[in-house]
Amino acid sequence: MTLIDLANPTRFLALTARVLPWLAAATIILLTIGLYQSAFAPDDYQQGATVKIMFIHVPNAWLSMFVWGVMSVASLGTLVWRHPLADVAAKSAAPIGAAFTFLALVTGSLWGRPMWGTYWEWDARLTSVLILFLMYLGLMALWRAVEDPSRAARAAAVLTLVGAINLPIIKFSVDWWNTLHQPASVMRMGGSTLDKSFLIPLLVMAIAFTLLFVTLHLAAMRNEILRRRVRSLQMMQASRVAFSSEVGTGSREESASKEAGAA
Amino acid sequence: MSLGPYASFIVTSYATAAAVVAILIGWVMIDYRNQTLRLRELDRSGITRRSGRSATDRP
Repeated sequence: MTLIDLANPTRFLALTARVLPWLAAATIILLTIGLYQSAFAPDDYQQGATVKIMFIHVPNAWLSMFVWGVMSVASLGTLVWRHPLADVAAKSAAPIGAAFTFLALVTGSLWGRPMWGTYWEWDARLTSVLILFLMYLGLMALWRAVEDPSRAARAAAVLTLVGAINLPIIKFSVDWWNTLHQPASVMRMGGSTLDKSFLIPLLVMAIAFTLLFVTLHLAAMRNEILRRRVRSLQMMQASRVAFSSEVGTGSREESASKEAGAA
Repeated sequence: MSLGPYASFIVTSYATAAAVVAILIGWVMIDYRNQTLRLRELDRSGITRRSGRSATDRP
């Protein structure tokens, strides 16, 4: 099955029906392994047991940017290739991305209070992630505000691509500015600075959360396709009702004029 | 497994993550049920797709 085959929503629905149970099972297995490893990971010599918060904070922080990246590629698909599923993919990813960004902010705050002595600091990393969260909410509002899905898709695609400028700002904010947030310790030149006892549970949790995103995204895309079918069928139903009432009114007017003529 | 003096922060983090993930899963499942129900209702009232297939059909 090629990408072009998947442009057909009916084929896409058939694929999701086959793939979703396997994806859900793989997500549950990996999440279970990741949570077990996180629970029994050793305490950090500085952070103590609060290092366990990192095992959910970091995957959510990665996904907050990854999901916007997926939406940006989908937006290119909408604007350049007019792929029928591109807009569906972008629209259904937004609430999931917003949820991951919310979790990154909340778990980061809950880690910051005992480690930094504050829940929040207006430093470059925290502020740029908050802006990302607000952009997710803005996009979701835009999709709800415009009734015609194709018009909403184009506007949302432009906004998504403009918002993608924020991704390198988030990534490099800790290098460009003097921030309270620590610099990258996993994806950095020269390799990870984390010990294996922390790195392995972190990577397992990251893969598990990524699988969770893929599963939820495919399921949400399936729902969006069905929602659009409902909308088009309801419009068809409404036009039939309007047509039949017009025909009814027309025949009544016709008979009324005949009656007037006879009189 | 001892969570130390900051146990409440760790537990709250994991509980929040679990709640948000549960909400996401619930939203996807309820939305799917709602859309399939609406499609079946339309199908029953005789509104079908231009292809002639039922809206809930798969190839």
